[in-house]
Amino acid sequence: MSWVLVMPIAVPFAAAVGAYLLRNFTAGRYVSLAGSVLSLVASAVLMAAVLEHGVIAGQMSNWDAPFGITLVADYLAAVMVVITAITGLATAIYALGEIPEHVEGLGFHALFQVLIAGVTGAFLTGDLFNLYVWFEVMLIASFSLLVIGGGKERLDAGIKYVALNLVSTLIFLSGIGLLYGLTGTLNMADLRGAVADLDNQGLVTVIAMMFMVGFGVKAAVFPLFFWLPASYHTPYFAISAVFAGLLTKVGVYALMRMFTLVFVGDVGFTHEILIWVSLLTMFTGVIGAAAQTDFRKILSFHIISQIGYMTLGLALFTPLALMGGVFYLVHHIIVKANLFFVAGLAKQYAGSTDLNRIGGLYKSAPLLAALFIIPAFSLAGFPPLSGFWAKYLIVVAALEIEAWFVAFVALLVGLLTIFSMTKIWGMAFWKPHPDGIDPTPDRAPPGVTRAMMAPIAGLAAMTIVIGFYPEPFVQFAETAAMQLLLPNDYVDTVLGARP
Amino acid sequence: MEALTALVIGVLTAASVYLMLARTFMRFLFGLVLLSNAANLTIFASGRMTKGAPALVPYGEDAPLGVVGNALPQALVLTAIVIGFGLLAFTLALAFEAYRRMQTVDTDAMRFAEPKEDADT
Repeated sequence: MSWVLVMPIAVPFAAAVGAYLLRNFTAGRYVSLAGSVLSLVASAVLMAAVLEHGVIAGQMSNWDAPFGITLVADYLAAVMVVITAITGLATAIYALGEIPEHVEGLGFHALFQVLIAGVTGAFLTGDLFNLYVWFEVMLIASFSLLVIGGGKERLDAGIKYVALNLVSTLIFLSGIGLLYGLTGTLNMADLRGAVADLDNQGLVTVIAMMFMVGFGVKAAVFPLFFWLPASYHTPYFAISAVFAGLLTKVGVYALMRMFTLVFVGDVGFTHEILIWVSLLTMFTGVIGAAAQTDFRKILSFHIISQIGYMTLGLALFTPLALMGGVFYLVHHIIVKANLFFVAGLAKQYAGSTDLNRIGGLYKSAPLLAALFIIPAFSLAGFPPLSGFWAKYLIVVAALEIEAWFVAFVALLVGLLTIFSMTKIWGMAFWKPHPDGIDPTPDRAPPGVTRAMMAPIAGLAAMTIVIGFYPEPFVQFAETAAMQLLLPNDYVDTVLGARP
Repeated sequence: MEALTALVIGVLTAASVYLMLARTFMRFLFGLVLLSNAANLTIFASGRMTKGAPALVPYGEDAPLGVVGNALPQALVLTAIVIGFGLLAFTLALAFEAYRRMQTVDTDAMRFAEPKEDADT
């Protein structure tokens, strides 16, 4: 069983080594591409195993839990690994068109694969300190990717991103230290029992808040999100797409894991805070987006606003809400990465991402316009696209427990999202180009459109499939939510697991 | 011993917060170093303090005899120190490069990614 769990992490690392050694040759980028394909295969194998067994766990180096490092995959972790691999593959294809040769020579593909490995590791680990290590793997790769290619803007963005993320990591690390001092274990499944047995529950809540702040910075929730709109609009589009899709979701995933598995002793306090944090995140994000006039800055603020929906699913803490949260997580990664991809292609055609300086894309590049409409309206929650079902589940979950205000805010934010999306539509696609040029696909270098259009079309197709045929995905999310709320299976599999 | 360690961690954290509130990025960086050390000490202290009892197995035995120091936090703290060292080295290099390009380490003057005109909106 261990191999199934290790492969989704090992493959990207192997691809990173290969891509680094061949960084000065065209072969390097195809090594990265092949690595992404193999990652997808490995994660599909993992998914098949999880669907068959429910929860699977493997003890690294044969050290039995809770003493060794455990890798564990339940439904949520498995689907996150698969979606990471899908996003990784889409980005690897997109990068073929976008990333210039001298940046490839700096080791872009190797860093990208390390990033994917770090994200996958964070989803699969069952050990708190190991989670910290994966966070660091992910962080150092993301730091380098953010500033690769140089320039004042990127360095400025990099400084802010690095500074705030390092502080959050240190808060998380201190929390780990204190939790270990209190319980004497770091295995997440073991922690559930150990934390519940403690006399001093007040202290546990204090540590829970440290984790909430640490993960909250990563997830970019209110009021800790300021690093995100300061940095996500500066790197290459392939990079900002993979950041937008995956990195904040690792924070959300860690919140979901810790606040369903370990910190459930005082739900009335911790999850009540999360509700207000979520509502403010949703609202400030969408208001921030309304004030922006840059394609990527608008999308960046929308990440924040959408993160609120996911944490709201966790905060309401009912089966339906968590199910909505899981569904939202998966839907949002596909849609948001895709919107950043579209922004990149729009820049290739029209010359900028500043909405005041571009236009006319609907007339000159109708295919791109059609492919923008799908993720944009899915993000806003139009039926029958995937975002509709995600929002529907969250709103129904709120109404079910008679949280009227929560449901009201969720719907209002959906409405305001449409405003931003129509603004992008109107300014980038409908109005004529201010310089009077025709932003046709011919304006991109040959071959670029093909490489960049393929992942956009693929992800848009997935959005449509989830939208028109949501039943298996909703059922999957339901099982995932049940596993989160009643993690007996998770705990038993980890603590009783033999390699 | 534990009270003293707690005091040291507290002082380090307080000093790091003070430094990180400064506008100069270099001060922020030094604050980060101190905070990193405070976090490492927290982990170290979480294994409880034992005096002069290293976790060593005597020759011919299977397990250490008597009460020995908890070796796990020491292993964790080593990992954390190494990782922290790497990240700080990167951050220092980044700060140097940023200074070379932007000619400033004043965070208020670093407005290249978010220029002033749309900062007020």
